Amino acid sequence: MPATRLAIIDSGGANIASLQFAIERLGLPSDLTTDPARLHDASHVILPGVGAAADCMSRLEKADLVDTIRALTQPVLGICVGMQLLFDSSEEGNVPCLGMLPGRVQRFANRADLPVPHMGWNQLEFDASSPLLQDIASGDYVYFVHSYAVPVNDLTIAASQYGHAFSAIVQRGNVYGVQFHPERSARIGAQLLRNFLRL
Amino acid sequence: MVVGDILELAARYREAGADELVFYDITASPDGRSVDRSWVRRVARILDIPFCVAGGIRSVAEAELVLGEGAEKVSINSPALTDPELISRLSARFGAQCVVVGIDSQTAEREYLVYQFTGDPDRTRNTARRTLDWVREVQDRGAGEIVLNCMASDGVRRGYDIAQLAAVRKVCNVPLIASGGAGTMDHFTEVFTAAQVDGALAASVFHSGNIAIPDLKQYLHQQSIAIRV
Repeated sequence: MPATRLAIIDSGGANIASLQFAIERLGLPSDLTTDPARLHDASHVILPGVGAAADCMSRLEKADLVDTIRALTQPVLGICVGMQLLFDSSEEGNVPCLGMLPGRVQRFANRADLPVPHMGWNQLEFDASSPLLQDIASGDYVYFVHSYAVPVNDLTIAASQYGHAFSAIVQRGNVYGVQFHPERSARIGAQLLRNFLRL
Repeated sequence: MVVGDILELAARYREAGADELVFYDITASPDGRSVDRSWVRRVARILDIPFCVAGGIRSVAEAELVLGEGAEKVSINSPALTDPELISRLSARFGAQCVVVGIDSQTAEREYLVYQFTGDPDRTRNTARRTLDWVREVQDRGAGEIVLNCMASDGVRRGYDIAQLAAVRKVCNVPLIASGGAGTMDHFTEVFTAAQVDGALAASVFHSGNIAIPDLKQYLHQQSIAIRV
């Protein structure tokens, strides 16, 4: 993949080092940046996110990146809160998000038998194939850490179950989102990142 | 343990299919010192599973360093008992999912009570806090996960303390990890089914090679326990 020029948006979250290392293990360089020109010129862009949606959005706003991200036409992958930010809004802090995908991020209902955050390994479920899912099977485990999720909708290409089904992977056009952490999902996570970088 | 050994062990457990690793420096708190953290980044480089760093984290700044180097979570135990507000500060800054509270507990005066500084037998003290009250408080303060180490079972390999874990489970709405007592594969089955914990932590049975992780996971899978194999 010599032409791959991956930019990682420096959204200030704590998982950025993990993500950089995961890309490094694939043998690829990455460019951690908030520079609109470098994001624009990248072949692929990843938007990581950890923490509260409102904090992440305000960091993007402060870096004046909202319009830049919305205008990206190359493959864009949101991870965890980064995926949630791609939607219209989040129930977390009732915050408007990037609006690149339609829908609202919702909190998991409090249930005695289901601890929140949903934290740990859980299975992907999907029927239809997708370039992002190449060499990944329905039933494979990936690592989740989140209290909010996107309900299953038309954009869902893989779901997971936690009390009810929620979106584990979404896609519309060039915009992709994964609710789990591929950088911490062992072989399956590495495969997903590899698939994304081949798009 | 020197850094080279840490890296080798981390890689070995990752290859064996461990779902998460916790790195404890149990002597850090009693000594009142911080741990040399240079290894965290090196571990983060090679590990593609989540890992948690425990021991001597007493401030937001210290946690920030560890998380920034690539750890998913920090686990605090003794410092949280000295300064419960630390849990709130960590949770507000990094989110509950990064904040694990470790609790050392055992029966004393016919109640479950919390102990502090258990890394040093000479300084270990009974805090007189009721374990169930502390479990509630740490959740209210924003802990995202609780590791309950049942001291009387720890190192004995006669099974997890099911009664205590089940009692804590009833008041614990965040992920609960059982610690202390694993000796056989059946002990793992028992703790998942009888105490309904979200995870089981073990050290000595894995370090000694008595239980191989791939065998254990296959066994639990056959017992219909949901686990990544």
